[in-house]
Amino acid sequence: MRQSRISEILAEIAGKPINIGTNESLFESGLLDSFGLTDLVTKLEAEYGIRIPDGDLNPRKFESIDKIASYVDDRV
Amino acid sequence: MAWLRGFGKYLPERVVGNDEIAALLEAEPAWIREMSGIETRRYARPDETVAMMAAEAGRQALEASGVAASELGLILVSSGSSEQRFPGPASEVQHLLGAPQAIAMDVPMASAGALFAMAQAALWAPRAGKVLVVAAERMSPIAMTPPLEKGTAMLFGDGAGACVVDREQGFAHIIDWELGSDGTAASELRLEFGEPIHMNGRMVIMHAARKVPAAITTLLTRHSVAAPAVRVFLMHQANANLLAKIAQATGVGVESFYSNIAHYGNTSSASMLIAASEWQGPWHGPIVFAAFGAGFHWGAMLVEGAQSNA
Repeated sequence: MRQSRISEILAEIAGKPINIGTNESLFESGLLDSFGLTDLVTKLEAEYGIRIPDGDLNPRKFESIDKIASYVDDRV
Repeated sequence: MAWLRGFGKYLPERVVGNDEIAALLEAEPAWIREMSGIETRRYARPDETVAMMAAEAGRQALEASGVAASELGLILVSSGSSEQRFPGPASEVQHLLGAPQAIAMDVPMASAGALFAMAQAALWAPRAGKVLVVAAERMSPIAMTPPLEKGTAMLFGDGAGACVVDREQGFAHIIDWELGSDGTAASELRLEFGEPIHMNGRMVIMHAARKVPAAITTLLTRHSVAAPAVRVFLMHQANANLLAKIAQATGVGVESFYSNIAHYGNTSSASMLIAASEWQGPWHGPIVFAAFGAGFHWGAMLVEGAQSNA
């Protein structure tokens, strides 16, 4: 469920459907670039009512849908 | 607090377009423009040093300010690309300008160096009187050191910017600043002697897009200034897309952020003062300087322009 909503958010940012596996790299697939990453952080904060601290601003934490979902699960 | 009295700049003659860079990087010129907003950058001659470019920009700032080199009490030179470990370029700039009475100090910081040097100048001005701040960078030999990483190599250009900070008079009053440093990210953007530049672009963008708007907002809130009331944001010209993100997060349109990156690329610490030198003004009302760079170091400075709103 969480993965599904995160895929929708990523699709909004990428401007196209997210058709990769939930454990595949969003960066390697070209679906998320540096600037999309900043949008993702902002949208995750708004969607889930969380504050992502500067210490967590590491691309590796947001590399795949599974990693993003896991991160959000830990914060909500 | 001190005043801004005049700006100057120096840009090398050689214009390097995206076609030339793209051929070296096996990339498309349109890709460079799309990823960075850059169309051309300037490359220094092999015999043009950081200190030489700094001195040229410094002379122009002194002339614009109506200040003689002999009146300077302090010269601060920011650079992350000086050619040797020591001495830094500041003492040579002092010599080239003919200001033996002035103390000369280096600020060895890439990208955010000019902003930090301006804050230092404001603190020193009560004692030194007239302070020349110069930021000069010769990034092209660094950017083009193999192995070339196209996302990094296409960004950089060479140049210098300068300003005179005066204890007593000027066209804009330095009000306050908000600076920050985060050493946990020191390895994410670094340049070791003899090595190619290392830049974790995703990390840099993530942090810059968050930290710079936060610094601007904290500073403006402290002085009850609304972001849309700021006449212009003069920011380190890192990447046109980053400027747009920071403008959005600050709550203003991208047109509020002056940009000349299309012409000069990313000239690291020099870019903010080159931008200030080129912005047409008037220097009236609240104006914000901002920067982010290796360290990480970042921040914003608020000045109040005293020119008429013509």
